[in-house]
Amino acid sequence: MPTRIRNVLLASVCVICAVVVWVAYDHSVAADCAAGAHLTSATGGKDLADAHMEQWKRTNPQRVKDWVAEEKERHAIMPPADNSHLLKGEQGESHSYGRFTERDILIWAREAEKMVVEGSRIFHDGDALGSTVAVSCDMCHPDGSNTHPETYPKFQTQLGRVVLLRDMINWCIENPVRGKRFEPDDAKMRALEAYIYAQRKGTPLEYGKH
Amino acid sequence: MRPKHKSVETKYMQERQAFYDDLKKLDRRSFLKVSAAAFGAVAAQGLLPPNSFQPVNLAYGASAAGESESFRFAYISDSHLYEKDINDRFAVSLMRAVDDVNSLDPQPDFVFYGGDLAQLGQPKELDLGAAILKNLKAPLKIMVGEHDWFLDMGEKWRALFGEPTESWDHKGVHFVKLLSVIEEDFWTARGMTPMERMKTVAGLDNGVQRPFTVGAEQREWLKKDLAGLADEAPLVVFSHSPLYKLYKNWNFWTDDADEVQAILKRFKNVTVIHGHTHQMLTNRIGNIHFHGLLATAWPWPYAPEGMPELTIEMTRPDPFNPQDGCGDGEVAVYADGLVDKIHSFWNRNPVTVGRKYTLSWGKEAVPPRPNRPSY
Repeated sequence: MPTRIRNVLLASVCVICAVVVWVAYDHSVAADCAAGAHLTSATGGKDLADAHMEQWKRTNPQRVKDWVAEEKERHAIMPPADNSHLLKGEQGESHSYGRFTERDILIWAREAEKMVVEGSRIFHDGDALGSTVAVSCDMCHPDGSNTHPETYPKFQTQLGRVVLLRDMINWCIENPVRGKRFEPDDAKMRALEAYIYAQRKGTPLEYGKH
Repeated sequence: MRPKHKSVETKYMQERQAFYDDLKKLDRRSFLKVSAAAFGAVAAQGLLPPNSFQPVNLAYGASAAGESESFRFAYISDSHLYEKDINDRFAVSLMRAVDDVNSLDPQPDFVFYGGDLAQLGQPKELDLGAAILKNLKAPLKIMVGEHDWFLDMGEKWRALFGEPTESWDHKGVHFVKLLSVIEEDFWTARGMTPMERMKTVAGLDNGVQRPFTVGAEQREWLKKDLAGLADEAPLVVFSHSPLYKLYKNWNFWTDDADEVQAILKRFKNVTVIHGHTHQMLTNRIGNIHFHGLLATAWPWPYAPEGMPELTIEMTRPDPFNPQDGCGDGEVAVYADGLVDKIHSFWNRNPVTVGRKYTLSWGKEAVPPRPNRPSY
């Protein structure tokens, strides 16, 4: 008996809490929307999502900073390829792989660029690279110059073996930068590779070149 | 008591001295024969060091005005020192350069430091640099680089080294030293701290900073300073950034270079010597001959566009040798104000970019070309 009463009581408390939380939350969103003055009873999900986003931005001002725009202002970054030609032609309408919208193209460009921009941020930051001697990549390679990613794989005479770009990135991290090497699939390594390749946009691949 | 037997070393040194004494007694014709033989022997090895065995530097007596070297100064530049306990690699390199210069015989008339002694303008970095440079035997002349300046806008630098802009005369040549790294205020509007400002300027490829300038005030000063000089007066100008427009993204650039060049235009010959670019860099615009300095810290890649035609690039440095592509050097000044620029690489044969090379627009005395081009 006491167990059953306890369970019932617990269940009611949970329900009451849930209702209170839901009501409070709903009110705060409603208040936000009222402040934004664009949530009417007839609006769809996008407005609701925007309202939530606005609320999150207000409560997390330090995380609102547009780090992508900031990094792009500091350092010249090659833009990703323009894919707008995919919107042309009639065949695209008839199969899923060929049918794209402007939104698709925007997302691809933005996401690809974001990885490159993150690479630029790490490339220019000794702390992000884990340097123990305050050295970052840009000190010898401004704008990613003289990294010649298009020449890998190649026989690296000083190492006596064939290397990839990521081997040379790790060599630099361990030697002039005096940090700890990244695993090949480390997010930072992937971003660094992305930045270095992006900066050589337009250069023909020429593996093995010295 | 004189020792009865001379050691092998003593005998060798005495013979060597006697040989040099005899050399001095040679008449002009025999001297040329001997020196040509020495030159040939050296050339046969593929070495053309700018030392005293090269006949051009030993030539006795001036043949024509401006044809002989009147004096030399040494240069050291761009050491980018961190505090010792953060990173001593750059301090070690600067000490190497000081040793190099101190071992020059004969000693240069003075040593010119081309700027960027510190990496982040920290008082401890500048103090460390000043302490190392104190070991130089020859007198020091030192110029400001942007890395020395933008933490406290020159307060510590002035306290250590004095005025950033000055001129002086030496053996008939007029020298001018400019502060060419003045940037328009980009920091106030952004609410940057002094350290944020310093770090922004310290990034070569950082696009938030503004282009370097000499500025109206210094240009006025320069006009007045040069006013008393005849058009034929030999003139050497030092600036940290190249006093021309090479590549804006990396501030291999002086935004009011055209105005400064206009002030220098009336002179028959002007030599401009600059730091900042960390590489062999040569240019000539009309009467103005430009020479870049090697760094002791690290070499920069060449700018991806806008390279001057006269520049013979240095072979791409070896990343596995941290001092490759770095070094110091000497500048042999001629009576007409033009110079032989001697790059004393630490890991390679030295390269001379001679007065004849720029004077002939690159047709004569061409320095050796690189085998590995810069990317």
